[in-house]
Amino acid sequence: MTLHPTTPGFKDNAHQALRDPELQKALGHVQQGFIYKRQSAVERLPEFENLREAARDLKDHVLKHLDLYLETYERNVIASGGQVHFARTSAEACETIVNICKSHGAKSVTKGKSMVSEEIGLNGAIEAAGMQAVETDLGEYIIQLRGETPSHIIAPAVHLTKEQVEVDFRRVHTHLEPARDLSEPVQLLTEARGVLRQKFLDADVGITGANFLVAETGSSIIVTNEGNGDLTQSLPRVHIVIASIEKIVPTLEDAILLLRVLARSATGQDMSVYTTLSTGPRRAEDPDGPEHYHVVLVDNGRSAMLGTEFEDMLRCIRCGACMNHCPVYHAIGGHAYGWVYPGPMGAVLTPSLIGVEKGGHLPNASTFCGRCESVCPVKIPLPKLMRHWREREFERHLTPAVQRYGLKIWGFFAKNPGLYSLATRAAMTTLAWLGRDKGRFTSLPLAKGWTDYRDLPSPQGDTFQAQWRKRQKEARR
Amino acid sequence: MSPASARPRVGLFATCLVDLFRPSVGFAAAKLLEDAGCEVLVPPQTCCGQPAFNSGDRVTARDLALQVMDAFSGCDYIVAPSGSCTGQMVKHFPELFDEPQLAMRARAFAGKTFELVSFLTDVLKVTSVEATYEGRVTYHDSCSGLRELGIQSQPRALLATVKGLELVEMKESDVCCGFGGTFAAKYGEISDAIVTKKTAHVSESGAPLLLAGDLGCLMNMAGKITRQSKQIEVRHVAEVLAGMCDEPPIAARKEMRR
Amino acid sequence: MSARDDVFANIRRSLGVSGKEATRRAGVTQRLETTPRGPIPARGQGSPAARLATFITEATRVSASVVVLNNKDAVPDEVARFLRAANLPLSLKMGQDTRLAVLNWKSAGLDTSNGPSDGSDLNALSHAFGGVAETGSLVLLSGPDNPVTLNFLPDNHFVVLSAADLAADLESVVTKLKQHSALPRTVNIITGPSRSADIEQTLLLGAHGPRQLHIMVTLK
Repeated sequence: MTLHPTTPGFKDNAHQALRDPELQKALGHVQQGFIYKRQSAVERLPEFENLREAARDLKDHVLKHLDLYLETYERNVIASGGQVHFARTSAEACETIVNICKSHGAKSVTKGKSMVSEEIGLNGAIEAAGMQAVETDLGEYIIQLRGETPSHIIAPAVHLTKEQVEVDFRRVHTHLEPARDLSEPVQLLTEARGVLRQKFLDADVGITGANFLVAETGSSIIVTNEGNGDLTQSLPRVHIVIASIEKIVPTLEDAILLLRVLARSATGQDMSVYTTLSTGPRRAEDPDGPEHYHVVLVDNGRSAMLGTEFEDMLRCIRCGACMNHCPVYHAIGGHAYGWVYPGPMGAVLTPSLIGVEKGGHLPNASTFCGRCESVCPVKIPLPKLMRHWREREFERHLTPAVQRYGLKIWGFFAKNPGLYSLATRAAMTTLAWLGRDKGRFTSLPLAKGWTDYRDLPSPQGDTFQAQWRKRQKEARR
Repeated sequence: MSPASARPRVGLFATCLVDLFRPSVGFAAAKLLEDAGCEVLVPPQTCCGQPAFNSGDRVTARDLALQVMDAFSGCDYIVAPSGSCTGQMVKHFPELFDEPQLAMRARAFAGKTFELVSFLTDVLKVTSVEATYEGRVTYHDSCSGLRELGIQSQPRALLATVKGLELVEMKESDVCCGFGGTFAAKYGEISDAIVTKKTAHVSESGAPLLLAGDLGCLMNMAGKITRQSKQIEVRHVAEVLAGMCDEPPIAARKEMRR
Repeated sequence: MSARDDVFANIRRSLGVSGKEATRRAGVTQRLETTPRGPIPARGQGSPAARLATFITEATRVSASVVVLNNKDAVPDEVARFLRAANLPLSLKMGQDTRLAVLNWKSAGLDTSNGPSDGSDLNALSHAFGGVAETGSLVLLSGPDNPVTLNFLPDNHFVVLSAADLAADLESVVTKLKQHSALPRTVNIITGPSRSADIEQTLLLGAHGPRQLHIMVTLK
């Protein structure tokens, strides 16, 4: 069921994305909105840097003790009347969830936003089993109508313009007045609210993700702005939480620490509108809430990342700040990355989860500008982790041959300063002579990757070292 | 500092790109260092190894790191007119060695290695330069210098003391220009989209001269600017600070000289 | 091997542990028992009056409306005033919270009903368990007193917060919650009315939850 990655075709994907005018228009909203809002929120909180460091340390502590906190969490979920299921793979997770839905005779399943459910291809599995899966986050709802995957981990429809959304709503909401005005976002939102309200009330099962799982209490925590996650979990008879194993935090206090950096990094809010702790099913005296509470804990490759150079990636709390600040993401959007997780976090995580053979482009498609790391709320050294993937690719001879040989030749000269001096002096003097009129090259056979898009400045003449030595000699004379 | 002389012995690590493409930046750096009272040495050198390091070839990166540390072993300081190469030497050389002896050596080397402009201001406490440039300039913060080394205020502080110079900030001066070393060639199309945004911001600033502290970024931006036929000159910040703008700007023909 | 055992075995293999190491267990037990707090921002701290001022600033910033009432007896009139001003029907759904039940709704002209919401209620009233000055947030507990559906289905959500329950930070509310009793099924931390920016990053209020959140802080 897992989404088939188009990541091996990353360059083609990027090519298409760069030539898609609607996408380019929509991407402008990412660059403007998120960055400014995060910056304002951070400036309003002098303690932010201390919080980042504490958040990093907390997540590291959890990862080093993950087995023990998972045991505690499991025990406390059961104590509060819930059930815990473990899944090694996507297929196992889907099967578990489908079976829970079937056992309750479910026909309709509502879903809050969950990236891990995208990762395991849950909607496809639910529908293949003859049930309806309804995404309820506005952005997720829109892309579900379009048969797309999210292009951003917190703003799934950020690649779309309102005009595109209008077309989809008119195509799908055929029971509504055709002449209605849908030209503004508020009209689109109101329409989705109306359509989805009935879906919430009709659902048999509600599935949400989890931002955090609290070991101390067995609670799952979700944060949303729309309230869809709350309607998803409060109205149906069954609430299923799907979460990956690294979402565990020890205590509620620890969850609060991470909440302080999460929304600020994501949307520039101090807190998301709704932060909800769910612990077990409804109590005997409760007039509302789900009667059954299940948690499905998904590994799907994460336990294998522990203890490796990629362990730091498991600190990720899925805020999206890295992609919001990434020049590559700004240029091509999220779909070009070809799988579930885009941007810098996706560039590290995707090869871990689908294999570097398929995901190998992503850690290479970075300028290493470091802006992602500078805004990461849990201080994941994203460029360093991308470099580690490049190392693995190099070791396994997955690096493209041209690049390998180029590096080899360059490395040979660089390690032999005498030869290097001879070769570079000859080359630069020749190039300088060739480029003497224009001061640049508009095309060079061996540098097409460069000169297809920009000129290559021509060298000034002899190398600096040669000129320096000459001047030193002259000065000594 | 060597005991024989009060002047610090500064090894100038020119960087490959300056060595090969723009020696005038090396001479400008040497002048700034000498004016600030340093004895400048240029040991035979090739590359800091960053291209290998960032391509996943740690073996070559280690060999080159050792070669650089050997070549500059007699210097009190190592200074480079590049945040990127300095970042490699300061932040990444120590990551390359697990052997305690070598790691210690790499850390010691990193401790005396600096980017040119921040070395002038932060170590030598230079507060002004003797240079004149009539006109407006805009400054691009190269990523490694900015985020690995914290270089942001230093070049602006010294530029403010250049007679006749007015610094106008472009929008998003701290956003990548799309160079990224081999990225620019491997993912040329994406790189192009990024540098196109950058040159638009440069244009919007209205400044006729673009400065930065890294020749890689400068060659990328200058190459785009000439390809777009924009009338903007591009130089390394050291050239302006040293008052050495005799050579044509980057990627410009001789008659474009001011 | 079951999936569960496999996952635990894989984690332990990767971490190079058996799970039986006494020092690791002790570290975990200690963290769970001592519940250390992270850095707590200064923003919400201060005297009760300062906290109230901060709460009002922060809640207003996130588009909630806030009034301070000298006495909780004034709550029905305030709800009626709000509804009349907004041209809304004078109906109100609430739970069994005695702090709300004792108020004189009839004299304010309000038509009240009790229980959870089935989606047909326009207006609902809840009593908060606590408030957080730092972020202008409300903390509500599910149960018969304040059914969770009232927080999300109605268009207009009224919440009473006793000034005595207004804490500087969320940690303080959680501490009180842990002393209070077992956790309820749902704890809702609510910071402003529902919103979405999913279409072109345009921020709009009233996505799936309430369009308006009106907070009444009662001093007595």
